[in-house]
Amino acid sequence: MSTFNVYMTGVGGQGIGMLSEILLRAADHAGLTVKSVDTHGLAQRGGIVISQLRIGEDARTPLISAQSADLVVALERHEALRGARTALKQGGVLIYYDTVWQPLPVRLGEEAEVTAADIQRICQARQARLIQVESSDMTDVRMQNMVMLAQIARQGLISQLSPKHFLQAMGDLMDGALLEANQVIFEEQRQ
Amino acid sequence: MKHMGEMLLRPDAFHEIVMANTALVRAMVEAGTRVITSYPGSPTPEIAAAIQSIPAARRPFYFEFSTNEKVATEVAYGASVNGHLSTVFFKSVGLNVAADIFVQLSLMNLIGGLVVVLGDDPGANSSQNEQDNRHYARLAYTPVLEPADPTEVYLYYKEAARLSRREQMPVIVRLTTHVCHAKQKVAFSAWQPAPFEKAPRFDVANGPYIPLPAYVGEHKQKTLAKLARVREFAESSDLIERMGAPDKARGVITWGLPALSLLDVLAGVDPRPDILKLGITYPLASKRIIEFLKGHQEVLILEELDDLMENEIKALAFDAGLTTKIIGKRDASDWIGEYTPDKVRAIVHKVWPDLIPALPETVEEMQVPDRPPQMCPGCGHRSAFHAIKQALAKSDITVADIGCHTLGYLPPYEMGQLLMCMGASTGMGSGLALFNETRKVVVFMGDSTFFHAGLPGIINALHNRHNITMIVMENGTTAMTGHQNHAGTGRNFNQETDKIPIRKVLEGLGVSAIFEIDTYQQKQLTALVQQAVAVEGFSVVIARHPCMLKFGREQRRKPGFEPHRVAIDQEVCERIHTCVAQFGCPSFVRGEDGQIDINPELCIGDGSCVQVCPAGAIQPPFKTGV
Repeated sequence: MSTFNVYMTGVGGQGIGMLSEILLRAADHAGLTVKSVDTHGLAQRGGIVISQLRIGEDARTPLISAQSADLVVALERHEALRGARTALKQGGVLIYYDTVWQPLPVRLGEEAEVTAADIQRICQARQARLIQVESSDMTDVRMQNMVMLAQIARQGLISQLSPKHFLQAMGDLMDGALLEANQVIFEEQRQ
Repeated sequence: MKHMGEMLLRPDAFHEIVMANTALVRAMVEAGTRVITSYPGSPTPEIAAAIQSIPAARRPFYFEFSTNEKVATEVAYGASVNGHLSTVFFKSVGLNVAADIFVQLSLMNLIGGLVVVLGDDPGANSSQNEQDNRHYARLAYTPVLEPADPTEVYLYYKEAARLSRREQMPVIVRLTTHVCHAKQKVAFSAWQPAPFEKAPRFDVANGPYIPLPAYVGEHKQKTLAKLARVREFAESSDLIERMGAPDKARGVITWGLPALSLLDVLAGVDPRPDILKLGITYPLASKRIIEFLKGHQEVLILEELDDLMENEIKALAFDAGLTTKIIGKRDASDWIGEYTPDKVRAIVHKVWPDLIPALPETVEEMQVPDRPPQMCPGCGHRSAFHAIKQALAKSDITVADIGCHTLGYLPPYEMGQLLMCMGASTGMGSGLALFNETRKVVVFMGDSTFFHAGLPGIINALHNRHNITMIVMENGTTAMTGHQNHAGTGRNFNQETDKIPIRKVLEGLGVSAIFEIDTYQQKQLTALVQQAVAVEGFSVVIARHPCMLKFGREQRRKPGFEPHRVAIDQEVCERIHTCVAQFGCPSFVRGEDGQIDINPELCIGDGSCVQVCPAGAIQPPFKTGV
């Protein structure tokens, strides 16, 4: 079986770690061999968080080579462009949550904000499928990762994983009201 | 929900998906480790997080965060000579702090055993350098085991513990950032708690434990004999393995994450070079290495960071009269950075261009604005820097220390122009103040750092009458590494304890000029800093505000919590941009036309920004009604 590489990126505080842990455990529930690693130097302080996940028996490290991710998942628009540049392979899939957390040079007025058109351009260049996700009624920012998870399930972006596996993984990691709230979002969004 | 603490104490054998840092804790449990100490630092704090998941009363060992890495090592040493298997863990540069005791450990008879777990950081993901701590291992005659993934971390720790107990000497388990943080399914063994023997077994007859000059030669001889036995052990250990095709032409000697990167890179390559993977990297299993060299025409030493192994292996080959071509580092790039699959591909291609193709050229398509780490919304340090900057002349010198406040060096604040290591700011500032009659020297220090290594520099500044102002950036926690307690917080890892108030410590040392204020009082803080720098001699400003990341999380968990945020009154806003360009909270959004808005996903409604707008356009925090 060939390796399936998932590259997840966002800004510290967006819940990349939880999203990645759910995918990791979902892959395990599906009986797949899987490895992952989070890179989060000073991410807690508004820096970039990256999580890499590799499904398949041939993957020896959890580290994805340049431009060889089958799926790039981004929780923010600037990081979608950065993640696509770094990791997206020719013919891969980019899914991103279209919110903007302006990086410092944009706030200082030194550089322009990345636009949705920029994301379209890079996907065209890579002949990649682009999925833009928005959920304007999602007031709790910490739930955006669940919206993304639901979209990954709904669109079958990781073909070996089914919603059942995602729900099992969520059950491993959460309980009580938190689990319930996340399950509700997951089920609503994947319809 | 799976509970990590329950998992770590399971009596039966089981499989679980874990981070290597978590697998390490299960290994400690199974090995019968009794005393574990540390000081927080990336990439190791998750080890303590895993320990914390076990309720204190059920932990089969004692754990503490010590004041610093040296003290942590001292505590582990004391426990070991009392008969308890001990472990100390910390980040790469922590070993510099611990070095004074660490270099002597192998010369003593550690009857309980002692494993030193190092979190090295090739690539400097979260450290001030990428120092290669294998140098220290050789300096201190201490064996080194280097696992590559979570399963190996679990198995190698247990091997290190056995080895350490058997030889009664320290053993290093050297991890690197992406080994610590890697996650995969690990097969764990069964575990039955053994009765805890509390009796102190310290006995001078096991020593001598006094490193008098007269004993040094004798100590060293014993240590070298132990090392020789570890070398013999390595010759037959299954931590050293042949992986790969029996190719007679080419071989690679490697270990740790680079070994796995190599396997990723060589997938599908035929003929594939032979691989000797070393789990024990000091002392070297010379016989097995010579045998491997003999079997090949060319051998690449794939070695992350410095060239220690390359030199040792070349010396072995020279002594054995071998003609094998040994290929080591070619240029500076081989010395720098983490050996990821991409890096290893580039190196192997450079050595054997016919074996694998080069990395594809990266096409520079579109630029993305950098995203440097930022102080969080509401951070008290932001208010502090904004206020302090207004108290100082542009030519004044500001010295940073380690911690979240280090981020002040970035625009728009540019406060803290020099940085070295924990607690160094007062000493460096004192040097900068010598012969200096024109430029004020202001040094910063966080509260955890104050206790870690700050005191000697402060006492020196007082004792030698240096003319500097220290600003204590007190946020009530060890924020950057994940909110660990410290001596000033009133809680240790295990229980409530007495606070050691920084102000009282300073008063006790005889500091007479101490100013103190909450950093949100920006105007008053500016005035206090002006007063402090006017003082001849050593003055202190305690600039206090709780870490808002921690405080915000605690608030959100309380029943009845109501989120707040600020807003911009567009009628009043004159687009002066003090808020976004000087105060610089990440919650401000700059439109293409210069309009300022608030990002509701980021604003926490702390209101510290309201006072910075000259036009008064920032409306005070209001309930967002969620």
